[in-house]
Amino acid sequence: MAFPQPKPEPPQLPQHLLKTIDCKQGAVRAVRFNVDGNYLMSCGSDKSLKLWSVGRGTLLKTYSGHGYEVLDADSSYDNSQLCSCSSDKTVILWDVASGQVTRKLRGHAGKVNCVQFNEEATVILSGSIDGTVRCWDTRSRKNEPIQVLDEARDSISSLKVSQHELLTGSVDGRVRRYDLRMGQLHVDFISSPITCVCFSQDGQCTLSSSLDSTVRLLDKSTGEMLGEYTGHKMKGYKLDCCLSSKDTHVLSCSEDGHVYCWDLVEGSLSLKLPVGKAVVQSLSFHPTETRLLTAMEGRVQVWGVQPEEAEEDIQAS
Amino acid sequence: MDEEDFSEHGIAPREITTSKEFSSSRRDEAAEKAKAISAQAALIPGDTLLEELISPARSSIGIELLTKMGWKEGQGIGPRLKRKPRRQLQAEASRMYGCALPPTGSEESEEDDEEFAPENVTFAPKDVTPVDFTPRLGVQGLGYRGLDPGLALLGRVTDEHVDLFKPQSETRSRLFGDRQRSSRRGGVAGQAFGVGALEDEDEDVYHRDSMSRYDTVLKDEEPGDGLYGWTAPQQYTKQKDRSRDASYLGKILEGFTLAQKPLEEKTIFPPPILPRDYRPVHYFRPQVIVSRLSGVSPALAEALKTSRGHMVKEEPQQGGRHQLDSGQRGALLGEDALKGPSSVLDLLRPEDRQRLLSLRNSSAQKPSTPDPPLPTPAGPLPTPSALREQEALAAWRGSSSSQSFKPFEKTPSKQARYELYLSRLRDGDKDALEQSLDPTMTEWERSREREEFVRASILYRPSSSSLSSRFTSAKHQEDDDTVEVHLDQEGDEDDKQEAVKMKMFGKLTRETLEWHPDRLLCKRFNVPDPYPGSSLVGLPKVKRDKFSVFNFLTVPESRQAAAPPKPLEQEKKSRWDVSEKNKEKKNQDPLSERISDAQNQAEPKSEQNSPPGSNSIQTAAGSSEGGSADQPSSEQRTKDEDQEEEEEEEEEKRPPMDLFKAIFANSSDEKSSSSEGESDEEEEENDAKEERSETEPVKLFVISSSSSAAPPASSSSSAVPPASSSSAVTSRLHTEAAASRQTSAKDEEEEFGPKLPPPSAAVDRGGATSTASNRQDEKSSKRSKEKKQKSKKHKKEKKKKKHKKHKSKGKSKKEESTSGSEEDEEDAELSTDELLRRLKSIRTPRTR
Repeated sequence: MAFPQPKPEPPQLPQHLLKTIDCKQGAVRAVRFNVDGNYLMSCGSDKSLKLWSVGRGTLLKTYSGHGYEVLDADSSYDNSQLCSCSSDKTVILWDVASGQVTRKLRGHAGKVNCVQFNEEATVILSGSIDGTVRCWDTRSRKNEPIQVLDEARDSISSLKVSQHELLTGSVDGRVRRYDLRMGQLHVDFISSPITCVCFSQDGQCTLSSSLDSTVRLLDKSTGEMLGEYTGHKMKGYKLDCCLSSKDTHVLSCSEDGHVYCWDLVEGSLSLKLPVGKAVVQSLSFHPTETRLLTAMEGRVQVWGVQPEEAEEDIQAS
Repeated sequence: MDEEDFSEHGIAPREITTSKEFSSSRRDEAAEKAKAISAQAALIPGDTLLEELISPARSSIGIELLTKMGWKEGQGIGPRLKRKPRRQLQAEASRMYGCALPPTGSEESEEDDEEFAPENVTFAPKDVTPVDFTPRLGVQGLGYRGLDPGLALLGRVTDEHVDLFKPQSETRSRLFGDRQRSSRRGGVAGQAFGVGALEDEDEDVYHRDSMSRYDTVLKDEEPGDGLYGWTAPQQYTKQKDRSRDASYLGKILEGFTLAQKPLEEKTIFPPPILPRDYRPVHYFRPQVIVSRLSGVSPALAEALKTSRGHMVKEEPQQGGRHQLDSGQRGALLGEDALKGPSSVLDLLRPEDRQRLLSLRNSSAQKPSTPDPPLPTPAGPLPTPSALREQEALAAWRGSSSSQSFKPFEKTPSKQARYELYLSRLRDGDKDALEQSLDPTMTEWERSREREEFVRASILYRPSSSSLSSRFTSAKHQEDDDTVEVHLDQEGDEDDKQEAVKMKMFGKLTRETLEWHPDRLLCKRFNVPDPYPGSSLVGLPKVKRDKFSVFNFLTVPESRQAAAPPKPLEQEKKSRWDVSEKNKEKKNQDPLSERISDAQNQAEPKSEQNSPPGSNSIQTAAGSSEGGSADQPSSEQRTKDEDQEEEEEEEEEKRPPMDLFKAIFANSSDEKSSSSEGESDEEEEENDAKEERSETEPVKLFVISSSSSAAPPASSSSSAVPPASSSSAVTSRLHTEAAASRQTSAKDEEEEFGPKLPPPSAAVDRGGATSTASNRQDEKSSKRSKEKKQKSKKHKKEKKKKKHKKHKSKGKSKKEESTSGSEEDEEDAELSTDELLRRLKSIRTPRTR
C-alpha cells in the first residue's frame, strides 16, 4: 500500500552560518569536502594543506611539502589519500594518516590549477596553466603521466571527473568533455574564459562559470544551454561554482563577497548569501546534505540550513 | 771583570748610559741607503768610508727629539744670545794664552754691525754647516773618464766582449774560475811574494827578466801601451778615432776632446712642391653623395670618390666610418654579409622581435620623420631599406626550410608574389625583389610592396636560418614538406562567437572529435578501450603537405554546417533569399565541396593514384606555385578557354566551375566528377587533368581570384536545372583549414553583390527575411534546399559510395572513420524524420 507522497518541502538552503574556522594558513585558495562530507581540506597560500573536521571545526592534520601556495586538493574515495596541486608545478599525493608525501608528480610546465582523483583513486588528473591535463597513475611508480591532454589552447582552470568522463574548463573559452568510453572529445564553445566546471549529480548536465559573470547549465549530450544564471560578479578571479547536493540549486562565488544561489529550473536568484566583504574564493557543497563551505581570505565558513543543526551534530558525535 | 768592562764603553757598563732604545740607531735609513747605492756607483768604491769614520754611527735620543721639534742638522743649538756677552766671551778667549786667532774680517764686520744693534736684541746661536762628505767633482777637464774600478782592480777591459769560445780568453777563464792568471793581474802579486798556497802553478818562480820586455828605443809612445794606464785619455784608447782626430789637430781647444758619439743627424724634409696653378683660396665643390653612387657598385663608387678628390662628402646620415656598424661598412665594401645571425634579435622569435621593433620604431619615429617608401627610379638606394634587403637575402639564402607563416594571406596574389620573392631569396638572387614584383602594377604600388616584402621577409625569416649557422643539420632529413595536422581540428571561432552571442548553444558551439584515450587510462578507469586496435593516443593526426592547396584556400565550413531554419522569426526579405543568389551559392558550394573532398582525399590519393615519385613532384610544384602564379602560360589559358566553351554550350554557369576542377583535378578526380552530376564529361576531364597535372598548383591563385569574381557574373545567368544544383549541395564536408579571413573576404564580396529581385525561393518561406544575420538566413536557405532535394542526394550518395568502393578499400574506410565528426555527411544520410526532429530540437532553445 502506497502512502501518498509527502508534500515537497520548501527548498532548503544553507543560509545559516554554523562555524567559522580561521585556518591560519594565509589566504585559503580552495576549500573542499572530502567524499563523505565529514572532513574538509583547506588549501593555504602558506604552502600547507590542512585537514579539518567539519563537525567540530578542529584541525586534524597539516600537510606541508609544497613549494608554493596550494591551489586545489581532492580526497580519494576511501579517505586514505589526498592529492593536492600547487603553484610550484607539482602534484602531491599524500598519505592521510601519516601526513607524508607518497608521491610528488612533476611534469607540468606551470602552476597546477586543479586536481582530481578518478573514482577509484587510481588516476590523478591535474590541469595546469600550461594548457595540459596530465593523467598520473597512482598505481605505478612511473614518473611520467599516462597521458597528456593538450587539446586546450590556454590554461586549464577547472577539471572534474565522473565515472568515465573528464570535464575540463579552459581559459580559451571552451568546455571539453573527454568521453573515455566512447573515445570522443566534445568541445563546447563558451567564448568567455571558463573559471569552473562541474557535472550535475545526475550526470546529465554540465555547469560552467565564465568570466562574463555568467553561469551556464549545458546539456551534456547535445551541448544545448538549459539555463543561464547571472547577477553575480565574476570578472577576473578564478572562482568556483557548484550545484547543490540534490541538483536543485546552482551556486556560485562572487567577487562582491556573496554566494549567489539560483533555482536551477527557474533560473531565479533564490539566495544571496553574504559571506564577507572580500571575494569569495572558493566553495564546496556537501555531497549529501545541505551544507556549504565557503572560503574568504584566511577563513573557512560552514553554512547550514538551521543554526542549531551544528550543535546537534556535535552532541551526537 | 775589569773596571774597563764596567766603564761606559765596556761590556757591562756600570754607569748610566743611554740604552739602545733611546739611542736611535736609525738616523735616516732612506738617506743611508741612497748613500750606499751612490757609493757603489761612485768613482772610488768605499767612498763613504770617510763619512763613516767621521759621523757617529748612532745618533742619540736628543737628536731625534730635536729633529722632531723641527731641528735640522747644522742648526745652531742653545739659548739666544746677546751680542755683548758673546763679545766678552771672545774677549776672554782672546785673553787666553796660546795661539789666538787673528781677528778675521768677518768678525770685524760683525763688530761693526754690533754698534748698531740695540741692547735688548738677542740672536739665535750660530748655525753650523754640516760636514759635506761628497767628493769634489768638476775639477777634471772635459773628456775625463774617471776611474773604472773594474778596470783598475781586476785589470779588465771595460767593454770586453765575453767570448766563451776563445780557448784562452781572459773573460772565460775568469768566468770559469780558471786559475790561469793573466799577465795583468789585479791585486798584489808578483815575484817578490812567491807562490801562494792556493795557487796552482808557480810558473814564474824562476822568472828571468829578459831585455825584450824593455824598450830599447825612444820613440813616440804608442797609444794604449799602458802609459796612461786605465786613466788614459779616450783618444789613446780608441784607435780608430785617431784619423778623425787628426783633422782636428790644432783646432781642439785645450781641455776639450772630440765627442765620442757623433750627433744624430736631423732629417729635414723639403716642403711639398706646390702645383703651378695653385691658388691659396678655398672653395667648395658641389656635394656628391658617395653612398648613393656606391649603390651602383662599391668599386665604381670608390673610383668616383677618388676621382673627385677628397672634397666628396659622405652621406650626412651615415657620418664617419666609425659611426657605421660593421654590417654597413661591409655593405659599403661590397662584402658578403656574414651567414650567422647579425644580432641577438635574430635569435628571438619573430613575434618577440616584431614587438621589440615596433617598440623601437614607435619611440624612434617620433622625433624623426618616418621614412616614406620613396620610389627611386635610379636603382635601389643604399639606405636602410637596401641594407635590409641584403639582410633579408642573407637570412634566406640557402635556407631550404619551407616557410610556414604567410603574412599576406588575405590577398593570395600578393602572397604568391611574396613567395616568389622568398624562393628567389633562397636561391641567393640579388635582385629577387625587383623580379618578383608585378610589372603591371603602378610604381607607387610596387614600391610599397617592395617595402612590405623586405620587411616581412626579415620579420618572418626562417628561424632555422638564424640558427643554422650554429647547428649542423640532421643527416637524415625528415619529410620536410609535411606537417602533422589534427584530423579534426576545432574549427573557426567566428561563427561560434556569433552563436554564443545569440545564446544558441548546441550544435553550433558543439564539436565532437575523435579522441583516443591511452589504453592504460582506460584500464584505470575501468572502461573498455574504445579503439581496441589503434595505438593512437589523443587526437588523430594526419600528415599533410605543407604546400597543400588547403593552406591557402579555405572554405567557410560553419556556414554550411547545419543551421536551423527560422521561418517564424524572419521579418524581412534578405538578399540571401534571392534565387539567383542561391544559384551563386550553389556555384560556390561545389567549389567548397570539392575543396573539402580533395582535402579529405589528398592524402590517400596521392599515395594511391600516383607513383611514389609524384608525391615529390607535387610538393615541388607546390613550392614553386608562388613563383609563377602570376604568369600562367598562355597555353594553359587557351586550354581552359576551350574547356569553357565546350561547357558553355551545356550551361552558361559552368565555366568557373571547370576552372576549379582544373585546379583540383588530380587530387579530387572521381569524387568531384561524381558530384558533378549526371554529366558524362568524366573521360574528357580526365584527359584534361593529365595535361594539367604538371602546372596545376600554378593556377591556384588565378582561381581563387576568379572564384571571388565569378559569383556576380554568374548571378545574371539563367535558371539552372535542379539536377545540377542538387548535385552542388550533395556532400559537404568539414574542412579543417577554414580561415576566417577567407570567409570574411567572401562575405564582403557577397555584400557588395548586386541586389536582386525576390525570387521564388523566398516564397516557400513565406517571404520572410531577417535583418538579424545574413549568415543565418543563408544557412537556413541551404537547409531548406537540402530538405527538398534529399531524395536526390541519397541517390548521389550511393553513387559516390560506389565510386569509392571501387577505388580503394582503405580510403573508404578512412572516410567512414572520420565521418563521425562530419555532421553534414551524416545529415545527408539521415531520414527526413530525423532531420525534422533535430530542427525542432534546435529551434526550441531559441524560442524559449
